[in-house]
Amino acid sequence: MAQLGTREKLAILADAAKYDASCASSGTSKRNSIGGKGIGSTEGMGICHAYAPDGRCISLLKILLTNSCIFDCHYCINRKSSNVRRARFTAEEVVQLTLAFYKRNYIEGLFLSSGIIRSPDYTMEQIVRVARSLREEHDFHGYIHLKTIPDADPELVHQAGLHADRVSINVELPTVAGLTRLAPEKDAGRIEGAMKDMKAAIVDTRDAKRRFRSAPNFAPAGQSTQMIVGADGADDRAIIGRASGLYDRFRLRRVYYSAFSPIPDASAVLPLKRPPLMREHRLYQSDWLMRFYGFEPGEVGQVTDAAGMLPLDIDPKLAWALKFRERFPVDVNRADREALLRVPGLGVKAVDKIVASRRLRSLRLDDVARLTVSIAKVRPFITTADWRPTLLTDRADLGARLRPASQQLELFAA
Amino acid sequence: MHAVLLADEDDFEGWRDAARGLAVAGVPPREVTWQVGQGGGDLFGDEAPPPAADGPAFAVPRAFLTLAQSVICHSDPERFALLYTLLCRIRSNPQAMEDGADPLVQRLERMAKEVRRDMHKMHAFLRFREVPEPDGGETGGPDGAERFVAWFEPDHHIVRATAGFFVRRFAGMRWSILTPELSIHWDGERLTESPGAARTDAPSGDPVEETWKTYYSSIFNPARLKVGAMLKEMPKKYWKNMPETALVAPLIAGAQGREAAMVEASKRKLSEAEVEGLATADKAERRLQPGGNALAAWEAILADAKACTRCHLYKHATQTVFGEGPLDARIMFVGEQPGDQEDLAGRPFVGPAGQLFDRALGEAGVDRAQTYVTNAVKHFKFERRGKRRIHSKPEAPEIEACRWWIEQERTLIRPPVTVALGATAARSLFGRVMTISRVRGQALELPDGGEAWVTVHPSFLLRLPDPDKKREEYARFVEDLARIGERAKALA
Repeated sequence: MAQLGTREKLAILADAAKYDASCASSGTSKRNSIGGKGIGSTEGMGICHAYAPDGRCISLLKILLTNSCIFDCHYCINRKSSNVRRARFTAEEVVQLTLAFYKRNYIEGLFLSSGIIRSPDYTMEQIVRVARSLREEHDFHGYIHLKTIPDADPELVHQAGLHADRVSINVELPTVAGLTRLAPEKDAGRIEGAMKDMKAAIVDTRDAKRRFRSAPNFAPAGQSTQMIVGADGADDRAIIGRASGLYDRFRLRRVYYSAFSPIPDASAVLPLKRPPLMREHRLYQSDWLMRFYGFEPGEVGQVTDAAGMLPLDIDPKLAWALKFRERFPVDVNRADREALLRVPGLGVKAVDKIVASRRLRSLRLDDVARLTVSIAKVRPFITTADWRPTLLTDRADLGARLRPASQQLELFAA
Repeated sequence: MHAVLLADEDDFEGWRDAARGLAVAGVPPREVTWQVGQGGGDLFGDEAPPPAADGPAFAVPRAFLTLAQSVICHSDPERFALLYTLLCRIRSNPQAMEDGADPLVQRLERMAKEVRRDMHKMHAFLRFREVPEPDGGETGGPDGAERFVAWFEPDHHIVRATAGFFVRRFAGMRWSILTPELSIHWDGERLTESPGAARTDAPSGDPVEETWKTYYSSIFNPARLKVGAMLKEMPKKYWKNMPETALVAPLIAGAQGREAAMVEASKRKLSEAEVEGLATADKAERRLQPGGNALAAWEAILADAKACTRCHLYKHATQTVFGEGPLDARIMFVGEQPGDQEDLAGRPFVGPAGQLFDRALGEAGVDRAQTYVTNAVKHFKFERRGKRRIHSKPEAPEIEACRWWIEQERTLIRPPVTVALGATAARSLFGRVMTISRVRGQALELPDGGEAWVTVHPSFLLRLPDPDKKREEYARFVEDLARIGERAKALA
């Protein structure tokens, strides 16, 4: 095989990495390059340096070290039996590419993952070598996200945590049965074991940091995971339950969902079927409800239908409000923060502003309108000094009135 | 009056000192003017400088200072006065800031947000390019020996405010950021300023950009195209300084693949219609019978209608859209009003509703070439929403004003059957409000003695959300048309 140039390898290995949903570069410790010899800083909030036409942000250089793999997971484009073009970067190439992009302000840092070659240990060692070189030889202070391999030696995984801001281990599929069937070489027990070790190391470091300022950093942006939605038979209720269990047990920062699309061998052509993006979106919304809006997993589960699926036409928060009408309307001048957070159309920021403003005066509908994006969505669920949705919350067709208008312009869509 | 002269557009210290003095002296906001730059003394002849702050200092909430530091960078010249107004209000009521629903607080918060967004976009979208050393030194040497230059055009006065970010991030590099207003330079140890620069002062390319473009096009997932989401976060005004944006158009085009042909076809149809419409609509292929007085009369009416100013709708519409069809037609269809495409084309029933109407007529066995089609209102009435023109229902005075033309057309053509498509047409023909469901499917007598039928407007079918309902209503519409066709044959 002819030797591939850097750009050709980049094209193959970036293409192979695009099924990883995460591009977050937020939530790590603050640091900068002043006084050092290198470059790089992180300031809490991640920055999206560009947007692709798929609407997703480009924040990190997201690549695989190699897309060769000795595993044969059916949902994965890089599986052993797939005949995609293979390529492999050396650790040094990844380091130089990261620095060249970073210096031109294209990226916040690196997200490195890899197919498994030779052995899990060997692969993990290569990944760690990239991160170590960036941090130690080049004094790089930018963001690094490393994907770790659960089967690798725990010491190597620990090394990854020392250099990276965030580490992740993918649970891959929502159910253990699905994992056994679709990823025969992977083991649910080992994946969770690695996540547990990671959590312990993160907690230990936090404790040590409290006592000794010089204690080494360990994954200051925590750990995350990803699961593929739609490849096995798990319904939304099962996925939500699984995600909330992961949050509780391993203190994850994020659970990412990736809508499964039947992946052809060559990903340059379109998948056979468009992925069910709306389902992915609704799952993320339910994730938000649990993390920021005080919903219990069981409460989100209440809005799923008989088949255990979230409604696709309206968001889960609105669905919940329509199902539990007796909880509304909520008086914006009196209700507690938790009750306000349940009102469809009121976000965390709007609720905080309402709580601050109402200390000074009694809020009217116009005031609330100025604090929210769309008063039309909020109105049926609140009362203000001058507004009371007399009949609205009792209307049988309230759901229909609040659903987004259909976009059907053609009579019989082809 | 007091005049305050600030050193720079983003001179927060200057504003704070002056505002403190003025507030302590109790000067009301309307008696202060704020200026930036080296204004000569005579400009402000009889105006007093701000009083020095000698009274006891007073405290303001931290939130106000944070807000003011952002707002000072805004490009709105009123920002100094607005901040001072809020400061005075805070002195009398320390909680004034917390009222997020107050219009002044809101305006200032919006300005601060715009500044923060501009800063954030500068952090994100500024692109450095490597340049050869000015003193002829080696490039690409050890870390830190290279020099980088960026060109950026911020909306607000944020260069100094963003400098810290770039210093913290690129401390080990030597770099310059050039903007039209101010340039900043970092030599690895110190930050210096120089006057504004021009785009041509910045380097025009960098070899690494090709590699970056490779990455940009490979990480993009063609199965999910969300151009709107991209444009919202990365508006086009930033594109000219970002190398990767050159790829956006080809990537979108490639992703649409199979859909492209369809999209292309519909585009062609629209632009043809546009061209045709902008060329004189009179000459468009109207199926008029040559000869006879009727044609001359019709052409005279058409010429008058083109210059119609009977209601205000002519002011915003592109042109009058008059009826068309043979002057001996047996059926005259009256629609509501031209839509967006009809307005551009200058011909009735060419848009989506018109196409549906054609199809229904075909299924009902009625030859459209044998019918005359027109509208109750001859100008497009719309609301502008962004770049789109959204149809807006004509009101009674507009319908009344336009009845003049319908009557002229009916007098000339004398159709055995006139059909009102929808409530507006019925209102126009009968001169009163009709309930379609009550009068549908039967022959009615018009005030002038002619026979009329009423059915729904085809755009009603387009708007039905439920596909089953839509099918059902469409079938009913075709049935109506078939019955009307039979009736017209019987009357002939």
